[in-house]
Amino acid sequence: MAEPILELNDINVYYGAIHALKNISLSVNEGEVVTLIGANGAGKTTTLATVCGLMRSRTGAVKYRGKDIGSAPTHGLVKEGLVMAPEGRGIFPNLSVEENLRIGAYARTDKSDIEADLKHKFEIFPRLHERRRQKGGTLSGGEQQMLAIARSLMSQPKLLLLDEPSLGLAPLIVQTIFQTVDQVNREGVTILLVEQNARIALKHSHRAYVIESGEIGIEGTSAELLDDPRVKAAYLGEA
Amino acid sequence: MLPLLDSGVTFEAILQQVANGVAKGSVYALIAVGYTMVYGVLQLINFAHGEVYMLGAYFSYYPAKWLGYLPEGSEKPKVPLLVIGGLFVGSMAACAAIGMLIERLAYRPLRNSSRLAALITAIGVSLLLQNGGQMLFGADPKGFPQFVEQESVNLGPVALANTKIVIIAVAAVMMTGLHLFVQKTKPGAAMRACSFDMRTARLMGINVDRTIALTFAMGSAMAAVGGVLVAMDQPRLTPLMGLLMGLKAFVAAVLGGIGSIPGAALGGLLLGVAESVVGTWSTTYSEAVAFVILILVLLVKPSGLLGKSGREKV
Repeated sequence: MAEPILELNDINVYYGAIHALKNISLSVNEGEVVTLIGANGAGKTTTLATVCGLMRSRTGAVKYRGKDIGSAPTHGLVKEGLVMAPEGRGIFPNLSVEENLRIGAYARTDKSDIEADLKHKFEIFPRLHERRRQKGGTLSGGEQQMLAIARSLMSQPKLLLLDEPSLGLAPLIVQTIFQTVDQVNREGVTILLVEQNARIALKHSHRAYVIESGEIGIEGTSAELLDDPRVKAAYLGEA
Repeated sequence: MLPLLDSGVTFEAILQQVANGVAKGSVYALIAVGYTMVYGVLQLINFAHGEVYMLGAYFSYYPAKWLGYLPEGSEKPKVPLLVIGGLFVGSMAACAAIGMLIERLAYRPLRNSSRLAALITAIGVSLLLQNGGQMLFGADPKGFPQFVEQESVNLGPVALANTKIVIIAVAAVMMTGLHLFVQKTKPGAAMRACSFDMRTARLMGINVDRTIALTFAMGSAMAAVGGVLVAMDQPRLTPLMGLLMGLKAFVAAVLGGIGSIPGAALGGLLLGVAESVVGTWSTTYSEAVAFVILILVLLVKPSGLLGKSGREKV
């Protein structure tokens, strides 16, 4: 089997005295969509924050493409292709849509490629093209999520961390967002996805981990988890 | 002649004071942007900023002295334009370095502690620089070389010293340049991104520490320009000259809306004009104008004239 693009080994993260992540180990292989499902406050976002260097683990190792990144700065990881689209989308409301996209390419130096890339993103997201001069803050929630994904793609990620892309969006728009996730994955980007909406996340991923109170509970292929009675009862609303 | 009230102050006199006020306000604006930019990214009032302005004046005084351009007796050495430019640039570079040093040593270690801790530290740095300045430069006022022979220039109904015209012109160019830098360049976009949300800025691959350092460097360089301009106009340097100037520039930043660069320019000009106009009647009261304005702004519109009450800054 190929070397995983991301490997977490025995991660323990604390917020002051609160033990937020307990001995988390997981791996993501190149080309996969892996999802982390779990309740509010289970530690999903903290896991992503630890991967991209916003939080630090006290133990174990975070390995990205075989390299320990336990102390690498976040902005440096972006250059290496490890990019996160944050929860709550993090659109800069005072910057135009186009400026938001360009700032996604901040770490890149290949000017002409950036222009081509920008054009390509506008082709995938025609809505963003229509609104490219508008301030980011004037977009609807769904459009902002599109912009957040498009913006993180501007950093040319190899591994994209998506934090709750469905948060606060209408079901129909959630469908569109996940079609985009599929498409991004087909274009060769590996994705680690965090979702409270377990059903749709499992339908659009290859493998999944269930995280409960800071610990990995169940893991397996997404198809297995969709059939797992424990997952059904706790996360899919089936008795 | 149009008599205003019964004090014998003419309309022309008021106009003249407005013109003087624009010159005064241009300097406030140059210093106010430093407050506003740092506040924009860190939500910190850098109270040491007035001292950076003071250092800016001294950083051009000493090279001028070493180069032999200090006035001795009634003799006034002529300073070539190239040297004047060099003094400006040198002072800007030195102050930029000082600004970054202050950030690195005093504020960065406190980045994650309470805002009060950083604020108190800022006051501490300010006191340190004031007293350090007295130790290093001496408390006695220093005379500054005369770059240009002061003469009055008639501009329609008002007359303005040529040095004041230089102040207004240089400040306008610097402020416009800064505005364009922040709005049009990549590091400028990084600054705006950091001012909105540092965490997200980091996720975009922006080196936040470097962007903050750049913000301090640019604000400090602007203050240095203010320092050299004032020294050129009123050649009397003291290590405490930054105290009142810093406070007033801070008021200007608050008046314009702290976090907004055009606001700092507007606030500076308004404050300068208000002070000068009040000074037509009473120079004593003109010193109080800034603080009256501060109280009024905080009572009536705390976000300032161009400030936004949301999180959008710079």
